[in-house]
Amino acid sequence: MGQKTIIPFGPQHPVLPEPIHLDLVVEDEVVLEAVPQIGFIHRGLERLVRTKDYNQFIYVAERICGICAFGHSMGYAETIEKLMGVEIPKRAEYLRVIWHELSRIHSHILWLGLAADAFGHEALFMHCWRLRERVLDLFEKTTGGRVIFSVVKVGGVNRDIDRGTLDEFVRVLEGIKDEYNQICNAFLKDPSVYNRTAGVGVIPTEDALGLSMVGPFARASNVNYDVRMLGNGAYGDLSDFKLITSENCDCYARMEVRAAEVVQSIEIIEELAAKIPDGDIAVPVKGAPADGAEACNSLEQPRGECYYFAKGNGTKNLERMRMRTPTSQNLAGMAVALKGCDIADVNMIVLTIDPCISCTER
Amino acid sequence: MFKLGKMTFGSLFKKPETVKYPFETKPQPQGLKGHIVLDADNCILCGMCEKSCPTDCITVNKDNRTWNIIPFQCIQCGYCTQVCPKKCLAMDPNYWAASVSKSTNSVPVPDQKKDDQKPAKAAQNNEPVANAEKAPEPAKPVSDADVKEPVAIDGELEAKLAIMDADKAERVRKALLSR
Repeated sequence: MGQKTIIPFGPQHPVLPEPIHLDLVVEDEVVLEAVPQIGFIHRGLERLVRTKDYNQFIYVAERICGICAFGHSMGYAETIEKLMGVEIPKRAEYLRVIWHELSRIHSHILWLGLAADAFGHEALFMHCWRLRERVLDLFEKTTGGRVIFSVVKVGGVNRDIDRGTLDEFVRVLEGIKDEYNQICNAFLKDPSVYNRTAGVGVIPTEDALGLSMVGPFARASNVNYDVRMLGNGAYGDLSDFKLITSENCDCYARMEVRAAEVVQSIEIIEELAAKIPDGDIAVPVKGAPADGAEACNSLEQPRGECYYFAKGNGTKNLERMRMRTPTSQNLAGMAVALKGCDIADVNMIVLTIDPCISCTER
Repeated sequence: MFKLGKMTFGSLFKKPETVKYPFETKPQPQGLKGHIVLDADNCILCGMCEKSCPTDCITVNKDNRTWNIIPFQCIQCGYCTQVCPKKCLAMDPNYWAASVSKSTNSVPVPDQKKDDQKPAKAAQNNEPVANAEKAPEPAKPVSDADVKEPVAIDGELEAKLAIMDADKAERVRKALLSR
């Protein structure tokens, strides 16, 4: 029997740009327990709803996270629209979903690059970020921003995308798809990657459900849940939406699920770009949420389901705004996945869960 | 081992993805949110941008007739450009240059814009243009009513003067010319 030792992991760690601290209780080379600790980047953004009006807060909401920026502004705007009974034009719904899926693509490609870098595949990392750059260029051209877009507003969107640009979207994404498939082929079929991730950090389906895991992390444990399948907004107009799940429940399954989701997002954008109706992109919204009115909404962010709750108080400032982000759901699963693994596998497990601590702490 | 070979070897014969910054920069798209610019000639100093700004970086000083912005506090959200009633705020594609200290940029709003503010005041006082011209005593209402850029609406004004009494029309014309 070895001696128990506590090894600190993070908050600054080469494989993980997000500030999370883990106390790893280790005996020999085996992790007996992992105690996560957060609180390094809490900014108190939810509290700002009391000082910023509901239109201004949209610019605060999208600053919750740099990667899920579009998703947070979209989720917040949808919540306020539900709160005030506003129905937005169909074209605005399509545009929001197109941008949101584009942000999922850039998030997953960024993650794949980081994973490749953690494995030591420097060239693969460069290729991933090169592809991501093209997605950011599309954002830059259509929204005016690369990371923070400020294009969603309560009642619709601020900018339209013309037909020529939508065709360019499809053309660029087709080019990305081709190269992305080559990258995934190189990465997922690499024996060193397979040997290091297969059978590591296994969470069975029952445990995943019990721990309320969400997103690709849960779907890799064969949990059949994705908010997009509920058909909110333009997702309801998709001809077919197939859930991407895996039965292997390990780190390799999580990588496979994320890799397949990028291709699925490209297909969604292509379909919606072909179907997008003409019309207005926003409706005017006047007044303030009623006193005591409550609304909730959920949205599939790149990392999983994000739940929004808003309560009005009769003024332009909200009484309460609450967001339950995917990573806060997945932290419990991460602690379970780390239990019993080798210390050398901690990096892989934490990376394949893809935690976003900025979202979690807000 | 050679799964990425096609892509990697292909990269040898392609144009580089990166540019040699700072000798070369990427072209900026038209709609890029670089920084806010004010068309001071059209600004009426209404203060809507100041009220709407989420970071409180804009201040409108009506006494000094200046529009002030702290550029490094601005988050380029563009909300002020949406709420501006005269559409005189716009996003310029160029980013602010870096600076060693925070500063406030002050844009003077030309004084002749007082002429633009008076019709708004006239509207608030329930003295619309049409009523003013039909009033029996032209001297007083004309001063409130027709002050909005007589040169710009000259043709329209002439048409209105043509349907007035010759005497009254002469007085109105004189009052306008005296401005």
